[in-house]
Amino acid sequence: MCFHRLLITVTATLVSAIVATASSGLQGWSVADVAMLQSLSLRDLEPLPPDPGNRVADDARAAALGERLFFDTRLSANGRVACGTCHLADRDFQDGLPLGQGVGTTAKRTMPIAGMARAPFLFWDGRKDSQWAQALGPLESAVEHGGTRAQYARVVMEHYRAEYEAVFGALPDLAAVPAAAGPSGDTASVTAWNGLSVSQRRDVTRVFTNIGKAIAAYERRLDVGPSRFDGFVDALLTRRPTAGLLTSDEVAGLKLFIGKGHCTECHNGPLFTNYEFHNTGVPARTGLPVDGGRLAGAAAALQDEFSCRSEWSDAAGRCPELDYVITGDRAQQRAYKVPSLRNVAERPPYMHAGQLATLADVLDHYNRAPAAPLGHSELHPLRLETGELRQLERFLGTLTGPVRVSGAVGIRTPR
Amino acid sequence: MTSFHERSPLRSTRAVLLALVVTAAVGLTACSHAMMLAGAGARRPAASEFGLGPRTSAQGRYIATLAPERPLRPRQMQTVRVTVTDDRGQAIDGATLTIDGGMPQHGHGLPTRPRVTRTLGDGAYDIDGVRFNMGGWWEFRVAIAGSAGADIVTFNLEL
Repeated sequence: MCFHRLLITVTATLVSAIVATASSGLQGWSVADVAMLQSLSLRDLEPLPPDPGNRVADDARAAALGERLFFDTRLSANGRVACGTCHLADRDFQDGLPLGQGVGTTAKRTMPIAGMARAPFLFWDGRKDSQWAQALGPLESAVEHGGTRAQYARVVMEHYRAEYEAVFGALPDLAAVPAAAGPSGDTASVTAWNGLSVSQRRDVTRVFTNIGKAIAAYERRLDVGPSRFDGFVDALLTRRPTAGLLTSDEVAGLKLFIGKGHCTECHNGPLFTNYEFHNTGVPARTGLPVDGGRLAGAAAALQDEFSCRSEWSDAAGRCPELDYVITGDRAQQRAYKVPSLRNVAERPPYMHAGQLATLADVLDHYNRAPAAPLGHSELHPLRLETGELRQLERFLGTLTGPVRVSGAVGIRTPR
Repeated sequence: MTSFHERSPLRSTRAVLLALVVTAAVGLTACSHAMMLAGAGARRPAASEFGLGPRTSAQGRYIATLAPERPLRPRQMQTVRVTVTDDRGQAIDGATLTIDGGMPQHGHGLPTRPRVTRTLGDGAYDIDGVRFNMGGWWEFRVAIAGSAGADIVTFNLEL
């Protein structure tokens, strides 16, 4: 049977080699390869999808306000933590640390932001279904910004009234709202929150959600910029010379990436992610609590106070991502989000809790495919040679590119 | 490796011969590799088995045809209309359709739980929440419980 198959393969190769020789414009790549390369390049980047849950998503004034809020350390318990403290604007909006450092230490690696307006679910476990709802999570986390929604609403009242009202309309009267009050803060804050009237709570929460919507309007404008890989694909598709655009090792790594590395099973499309969640057997980080990954995240997304189905969303109940989301599937146990690989070489350490220090460690992990500490890893050993792993690593280095900022906003640093 | 210059006929011949030798080596390796992965993988059907239909169910009770709202693309949430008839072409209304699928060669299912959201009459039903998270061969299965009994139609789709 094998010899029969071999004969077919040899014949097919003979034909394809002749075809490839005849069509020298493809420069040694098959038609299928070229289609795959185009699908990974920025040429195939879809325009940003609308965000019906955030009616100010494409409002430039909201983005300008959101940018200021993103870098404002007054939105924290100790006055020293802004979104931009961990999402560093000059480092692809991440911090290079294994675990994010807010007012305390988080349990997760800080994720980059560029292009993520296209992701249906946010966070490593996808427990938020919009960028604006995601932005609210760290603000109320005890180890990230550490403050309360009442505190943040008062920051808006005191420092951003005009900008806020231009976008969202009149601020409610927050004079009687205490400096610290929220449903998930410390005991004093929760007690203060419970002492507020229903309408006061709604007023505070309205302003709080609008903070998230303004920040999301800013984050939405952060998109991925061209890398050397994109330049290579552009040249290939326009039949210009590719010589010198990538090294031979990088080209070999690219062939492995779309071939026997099986990388594009998850890292596909122009952002090199399918936006899904997979258990790849990443080792647990000592000292962190056990977490269920996507299994818990999918359930949390449905229950979230600020989900697409909540009264705070502008989506009017049209929430296809929640309507067809998979929940309660054992395969989701300890499955985490597939990150974009754009700029991946610039942001060690890797994985959801920074467990792997270098890209070489990551490639070694995928090559070995160890058993998962919980649930079942979807990996199979790749059995690549050391030289091939090095070539893959070299290729990943070609995905480095700038963050492209659209609209009136710029890049700032925390004030 | 990706020389831009036109190859001379001699070099082309040498390249073809080299490719044959390499393929022979790779082919022999692939035989053992294929046996190794036999449990995990699945054999891709012939090209004639792919497409949106019409497609006959496993036991021949129904014929179904898919009509995506837009051309199917990876990573997009999509609506797909399915039209169901019996084996003589009579529209089947009032059936219960259950959607399932996945990538046989990768051992995973669909990334969402699509379902019928509208019944349109004349055997037509709209399936919402359809998404494929990568290119390649996908199975898209429509289980039909209707007046002609229970049966299942399997579509092979190339994304």
